[in-house]
Amino acid sequence: MELTGADIVVKCLQDEGIDYIFGYPGGAALHIYDALYRQDKVKHILVRHEQGASHAADGYARATGKPGVVLVTSGPGITNAVTGIATAYMDSIPLVVISGQVPTHLIGDDAFQEVDAVGITRPCVKHNFLVKDVKDLAMTMKKAFFVASSGRPGPVLIDVPKDVTANKTEYMYPRSVKMRSYAPVVRGHPKQIRKAADLLLNAKRPIIYTGGGVVSADAEETLRELVQLLGYPCTNTLMGLGAYPYNDSLFLGMLGMHGTYEANMAMHDCDVMLAVGARFDDRITGDLSKFSPFAKIVHVDIDPSSIGKNVKVEIPIVGDAKSILEDLVKELHSRKQQPEPGALKQWWKQIDEWRGIDCLNYDRNSEKIKPQYVVEKLHEVTQGKAFVTSDVGQHQMWAAQFYGFDKTRRWINSGGLGTMGFGLPSAMGVQLAYPDDLVCCITGEASIIMCIQELSTCKQYDLPIKIINLNNRYMGMVRQWQEFFYDRRYSHSYMDALPDFVALSESFGHRGLLVEKPSDVEGALKEAFAMRDQLVFLDFITDQAENVYPMIAAGKGHNEMHLNPGSGEPPQERELA
Amino acid sequence: MRHIISILLENEAGALSRVAGLFSARGYNIESLTVAPTEDSTLSRMTIVTAGSDDVIEQIVKQLNKLVDVVKLQELTEGAHIERELMLAKVKATGDAREEIKRLVDIFRGRIIDVTDSTYTLELTGTVEKLDAFVKALDMTEIIEVIRSGVTGIARGERALSA
Ligand SMILES: Cc1ncc(C[n+]2csc(CCOP(=O)(O)OP(=O)(O)O)c2C)c(N)n1
Repeated sequence: MELTGADIVVKCLQDEGIDYIFGYPGGAALHIYDALYRQDKVKHILVRHEQGASHAADGYARATGKPGVVLVTSGPGITNAVTGIATAYMDSIPLVVISGQVPTHLIGDDAFQEVDAVGITRPCVKHNFLVKDVKDLAMTMKKAFFVASSGRPGPVLIDVPKDVTANKTEYMYPRSVKMRSYAPVVRGHPKQIRKAADLLLNAKRPIIYTGGGVVSADAEETLRELVQLLGYPCTNTLMGLGAYPYNDSLFLGMLGMHGTYEANMAMHDCDVMLAVGARFDDRITGDLSKFSPFAKIVHVDIDPSSIGKNVKVEIPIVGDAKSILEDLVKELHSRKQQPEPGALKQWWKQIDEWRGIDCLNYDRNSEKIKPQYVVEKLHEVTQGKAFVTSDVGQHQMWAAQFYGFDKTRRWINSGGLGTMGFGLPSAMGVQLAYPDDLVCCITGEASIIMCIQELSTCKQYDLPIKIINLNNRYMGMVRQWQEFFYDRRYSHSYMDALPDFVALSESFGHRGLLVEKPSDVEGALKEAFAMRDQLVFLDFITDQAENVYPMIAAGKGHNEMHLNPGSGEPPQERELA
Repeated sequence: MRHIISILLENEAGALSRVAGLFSARGYNIESLTVAPTEDSTLSRMTIVTAGSDDVIEQIVKQLNKLVDVVKLQELTEGAHIERELMLAKVKATGDAREEIKRLVDIFRGRIIDVTDSTYTLELTGTVEKLDAFVKALDMTEIIEVIRSGVTGIARGERALSA
């Protein structure tokens, strides 16, 4: 039977097994919206701004591992979605974004609501398509899902002119797709894996450093097996938290700009580094010329262009993190050799000394609410089982440092692009995917305003998200940089004229709680989580002066951290070779 | 170091801008870029001349390979290869210069492909160096315009780039 392009789009989504799509209608997309209306398999979530659609789909994708789907109209519809597309691109999150376009005969005429969607998104998508013929539509949809979710995942855009959605053709959804120009490598090279095993077994000061790639490859189990088999210290990037349990003794915490003292020092001093699904981003390495000066590096990544981009690597292994870690574990099991116990003991002794300075200390007796305390209490009240999304700023770092994750896909944040406004809409995607789980969004009063309109979406779909607003009346992270690097000239980092967040939430039909005293924190959290079916906006009035520690300033090395004044004395200089 | 990268890519709208966009977004330099369809009309062949350290070239190659439209890629300068560039030049040709230019074109194995009372239009193919040398040799002649195609190239021997 012949179907219209619009019906084909929707049929493809059904056949792809898509349950939710996130979108906002407009002229060029109306045929598709009409096709959505005439079915009930694919549920459409009407956001309040297209940025919200792409973040919500992104949150859904991060939490489930399945591609998130966005539907927007041409012109301002797609330009609004771009921030969310770029956010997903930077963190390698699979999205399929369908944008309406003006009819083919008007393309290039500066028609009403025409933008070059393919051109605008090109630098922030894995791939994109303009479909000019309805006959190509089903195959293009198939390709889009395939490209978005295989290899190193990423967003894919399909721009569909309105006439293409009206034209008819025979529908057949391809079962599979092969592309001569796209064939991601999965298995790691056996010789490289053997070499990696040799290097690891002969390490004296090893470290295992893993990132978002372990999350997207669902390799956490295998990573744990490997770390425990070797007994080596493990650290996760901001994107990789949860891959190794936060409370295991082999875990050093997060590394990087706001990583723990022990993780960064161990990165600096290590002689062998196994990097898995991590890309040596500048927020991780600090000054490259000072980065891990003694390390021989094994780098496992699905994307060859990530390997050797920023740092020199001894043993590159291209492929899927899970399959490579499995092969590596097998290889290690087949060896008689064990890691040298003496050296390892020495290394752990050193690490424990670093741990001893307690770099994540904060004043627990303060009269003011400390943001770290709120996050710790949140962990307690949710028993560490919540999905936690965040926005960008100090609160994001405190969430990463203090919540404590023991599963992947639970910590959902914009690491690469650092997009304020991500927290609330991404939480919507998570809550829809996991309606019975606890979902909270740790945010700041500046960030939450950026997509505050989504409170309305939450109302429409009864999403009982808990918003944890760490309200310091400052763009805290900006203020911190100004305090450290601009002589306390707080240029435009103060949030004057903030709304009454409680009243604001209530005006959207939600509940709000204002919390001003440390002694009220726990009670307020319990009260909020007791309201299972309600979105609750918790407005915590926190200490304005609090800073995120430790911190590696730009241009500094891992061994040059700013520490919290309350930290212990760093140990003496060490002799290393 | 100068490198020549030969790329086989899907002959699709937008493929060229993906490549060009990659170079500008990542700050790689392009000395020249040529592209045209091959004997298989679904494929284009592109030749890029670029320069950079070994690390930069390695990244360029990896990033190009990552583009979904890139089918295959070969670094021509890694092995023996032939490179050619086409040049068309319009020069002032009056009086004694008419004979002189003709001799020069013969020496360089070029051709005069259009003539007026006062001008010649010349055609020359060769390596970049040869074309440079020719332009230099034209020295005294008044050049009205010069257009160069950019380099294309192919590997020597059996090495080939095919889908
Ligand atoms: C869209 C966007 N604009 C600007 C920035 C730069 N920026 C990073 S953190 C920050 C301040 C965030 O303030 P707030 O949300 O209150 O969080 P806090 O740091 O106080 O916890 C800003 C402006 C950004 N990351 N994203």
